[in-house]
Amino acid sequence: MTADILIQVLVSGLLIGLIYALVAVGLTLIFGVMDIVNFAHGEFLMLGMYASFWAFALFAIDPIIALPMTALLLFAVGVIVYQTVIRRILKAPMLSQIFATFGLMILLRGLAQFFWKPDHRLISNSLISGNIALGPVQFGLPQFVAALGAVGVTGALWLFLHRTRLGTALEATAIDREAATLMGIDGQKMFALAWGIGAACAGLAGGLIATFFPIFPEVGSNFILIAFVVVVLGGFGSITGAFLAGIIVGLIEVLGGFLIGPEYKTAIVLSLLLIVLLVRPRGLLGKA
Amino acid sequence: MNTAPLLAVDGLGKAFDGLIANRDISFIIHHGEIVGLIGPNGAGKTTLFNCLAGFHTPTSGRIAFEGRDITGSTPEAAAALGIARTFQIVRVFQSMTARENVMVGAMLRNKRVAEARERAEQELEFVGLTHRADTPASDLTVSEQKRLEVARALATEPKLILLDEVMAGLNPTEVREASQLVHRIHLRGIASIIVEHVMEGIMPIAHRMLVLDYGAKIADGTPAEIAENPAVIAAYLGE
Repeated sequence: MTADILIQVLVSGLLIGLIYALVAVGLTLIFGVMDIVNFAHGEFLMLGMYASFWAFALFAIDPIIALPMTALLLFAVGVIVYQTVIRRILKAPMLSQIFATFGLMILLRGLAQFFWKPDHRLISNSLISGNIALGPVQFGLPQFVAALGAVGVTGALWLFLHRTRLGTALEATAIDREAATLMGIDGQKMFALAWGIGAACAGLAGGLIATFFPIFPEVGSNFILIAFVVVVLGGFGSITGAFLAGIIVGLIEVLGGFLIGPEYKTAIVLSLLLIVLLVRPRGLLGKA
Repeated sequence: MNTAPLLAVDGLGKAFDGLIANRDISFIIHHGEIVGLIGPNGAGKTTLFNCLAGFHTPTSGRIAFEGRDITGSTPEAAAALGIARTFQIVRVFQSMTARENVMVGAMLRNKRVAEARERAEQELEFVGLTHRADTPASDLTVSEQKRLEVARALATEPKLILLDEVMAGLNPTEVREASQLVHRIHLRGIASIIVEHVMEGIMPIAHRMLVLDYGAKIADGTPAEIAENPAVIAAYLGE
């Protein structure tokens, strides 16, 4: 009986952890390529959720069908943000960079509130709904599909970075920007690409959870804090690290919430952040 | 037919906030030539390299590559035209394997990953690192990392390679091997400019030597001429 509950808890932790991983992968990619922390990353997720919501509400397109469109849309948002804001602050002091992305976060939230109202919105009657029972373990089909999607997107990103010409160029830029330019790689193009892909990852995460998570302008704040913990635990800039750390954070959050009390789950995750910073500041797979 | 020299530098100057690093430097490099670039510390050798490779925009003068003005072009544009460089302190992609490092260079001219891999294998063999292909670059010795950087630069299929102190810190056997490597690069028809302090490594193989002192060119000639040039001797011994 207890074992069944434990398995149930672990499965829930794994499912949400994979979503955290996908959000964090985009954040860590942008940081890895250009050493800029994107505080507006949660807002990219929020935009992804609204994209799904409006596709469903206006055109009756199911969130799962709308995913490719959501990805493309957020890719474009990421590139536009890079070209209009980030490009101008590349050589600025770190504080200016922090304020720029922080300001962007407030701007995007404000715009969402202004145009789409602060209400919580839900997508009901989507194609994917209901529960799956696997022996004693039960979980929601939307959560399962979202987790599966997160694995697929992270896997595709890994393959892109390691098996394609463009991805290798991006990876090389992340390791040593100057040396990469000597190989004929255009740094500006790589930066724009990193923002496009980073935003698309967050947008996809938003699209994947839109079927079972309320959609509202501040929804990003629920995820960005956890995404930072994941990025720190995984090691700044490490995609594989962020993936593993996402799962670990998901498991710890749900397990801690179950053992100690759900009201403490954010406190538990943030304690983890402090422990990692004290014991192993470079994270699991970060560069020394 | 294109009769322009490979590289023509004319009156090049570079100043940083009033500090003059390069002043009125002019020289020509021919296809396939091995040219040593020497001078006391702080003579402006690395600044000159940075101007040629597109990292710095010269304050004055112009740089022409195969007759085409490339003054102030970006490093990626210089690489695309056929100028490669290595760094004084190795800058290999640490977390990639040796093969992946060279593949990044090979991808400049090979659109398919498989072709880039094949090209990388050839360059690894050329510098004698085939047996280390799958080793992460961070695990290679300094001497191996230097050769890896050369292989990565060669993989971009340059016409001119700028080698910044590839022989520094190597033992006598390794210096000899490095000299032979430079000579074999020459046999491929690739010109090289070599910043070097290890004279026994550079003097026997260089066709010509350029000497800088206080940012200006003080001599340009064969190694034998340079060795007897009073201005060069004065610069090195200090007067």
